[in-house]
Amino acid sequence: MEIENVVENVAFKLLKLAVIHLPEDVKQALEKAYTEETSETGKTQLKAILDNIECAEKYQTPICQDTGTIIFYVKAGAEAKHLEKIEGALIKATRRATVEVPLRPNAVNPFTQKNSGDNTGRLIPWINWEIEPTDEIELTVLPKGGGAENTCVMGMLVPGEGIRGVKKFVVDAVMNAGAKPCPPNILGVGIGGGSDIAMKIAKKALLRPLNNENPNPEIAKLEKEILEAVNMTGIGPMGLGGKTTVLSISIDYAYRHPASYPAAVAFNCWAARRATARISADGTVEYLTHRVDEVI
Amino acid sequence: MTDYRFRTPISEEEIRKLRVNDVLYISGTMFTARDQAHRRALEYFKQGKSLPLNLEGLAAFHCGPIVKKTKDMWTIIAAGPTTSTRMEIFEDEFIKNFKVRVIIGKGGMGRRTTEAMASYGAVYGAFTGGAAILAAKAVRNVKSVEWLDLGMPEAMWILEVEEFGPLTIAIDSHGNNLFMNVQRKAEENKKRIYQKLGLSQ
Ligand code: SF4
Repeated sequence: MEIENVVENVAFKLLKLAVIHLPEDVKQALEKAYTEETSETGKTQLKAILDNIECAEKYQTPICQDTGTIIFYVKAGAEAKHLEKIEGALIKATRRATVEVPLRPNAVNPFTQKNSGDNTGRLIPWINWEIEPTDEIELTVLPKGGGAENTCVMGMLVPGEGIRGVKKFVVDAVMNAGAKPCPPNILGVGIGGGSDIAMKIAKKALLRPLNNENPNPEIAKLEKEILEAVNMTGIGPMGLGGKTTVLSISIDYAYRHPASYPAAVAFNCWAARRATARISADGTVEYLTHRVDEVI
Repeated sequence: MTDYRFRTPISEEEIRKLRVNDVLYISGTMFTARDQAHRRALEYFKQGKSLPLNLEGLAAFHCGPIVKKTKDMWTIIAAGPTTSTRMEIFEDEFIKNFKVRVIIGKGGMGRRTTEAMASYGAVYGAFTGGAAILAAKAVRNVKSVEWLDLGMPEAMWILEVEEFGPLTIAIDSHGNNLFMNVQRKAEENKKRIYQKLGLSQ
């Protein structure tokens, strides 16, 4: 089969998998939250979330009606053939998934307010590229819901305040977001780089499985510290009160300019959808975020 | 925290039994209404025109559903709640004029709605954001659709529902607003949080 067909098929399957089946680590975190939540109202919300996830799998329907803006991450092996065909294949897969899954058409022209109807348009789906020294292609899809996107923030902090400024920035972001991003949330935090770089790495940090510790022990400690702090707000599931406001925080960083201290917080909702697959040079496909029996 | 099961039309007396944190399941007739439907209903009222349906005692759902038409039948595919604050500018008049008893949505509503609910006897039921299939599952059938010229999400979908919920009562008819309570407590907790992180205000 031509590489573009393989990529299109895999991308279509990833889109379908992502919007119907949450990754195991997200489900486990929600189940744990349900067991540990002490607010009865919070428990009611988490129970409804878990029931809804089960129904989505049973009826093969998207977990949430907002199937998001479609974002791809591509790790392209420098030795893989026909990389120039990947973009077209991803656009085709998005159009097909919109009709067949179906996905809600979520791509609107910001000038005319017209919805393209097929989840594509100028620069959408958005594709992040990385070149790797292999002959494989790794595809990840992140369908990003609007509610949680609306509470993402980026700030140019005061360099003199250092990490303390970041802690305050994240706590304030969660407080200001309140019920809006459909808590419990997952936060990606990006520090340094520049204004665009901070948000880019914050969003990419959302791809880290929730049960994977940060490889840097100092940052792992910081993630835990901020997680405990934001869960003291009492905002809780759906903002109705409880101790589960954020399920997990994932921090990444880049070196910064001496005069700047950019920081960004990317919110993901409980419907934290993502799916990844690797395509080898011989065309074999391995799904990395989902079980084989979920792939249909 | 008590569980209630009500069938529409719901009386003022019944609705006043509910307190914040209670859980409600609704059976009977419900209709969807977003910004445009609210605006049009209020315009009709001002002009003395009657609505396609008597809304008294019913539940209004802030929702733009995905609906599929096969032959002459409409089926609700997904029907999760949308953010309610956008309807804050209409809701007090809406409750006062039409005597709807339940407003369903996500994210909560403000002071004006809370006051109207206390004055005229209505509650706000929070439906879990994103739980679109749970909602769709409780819909027995689409009774009719009005104002389809507003577009699928903005039209008024009149639904027959069975045990629609769980709805957490987040605003009751006694002036209590759970979202505002939670937000206020979060503000109070902020000091402790800052302290724990070694920050000053
Ligand atoms: S924020 Fe997430 S769960 Fe909530 S409505 Fe949007 S996509 Fe669905």
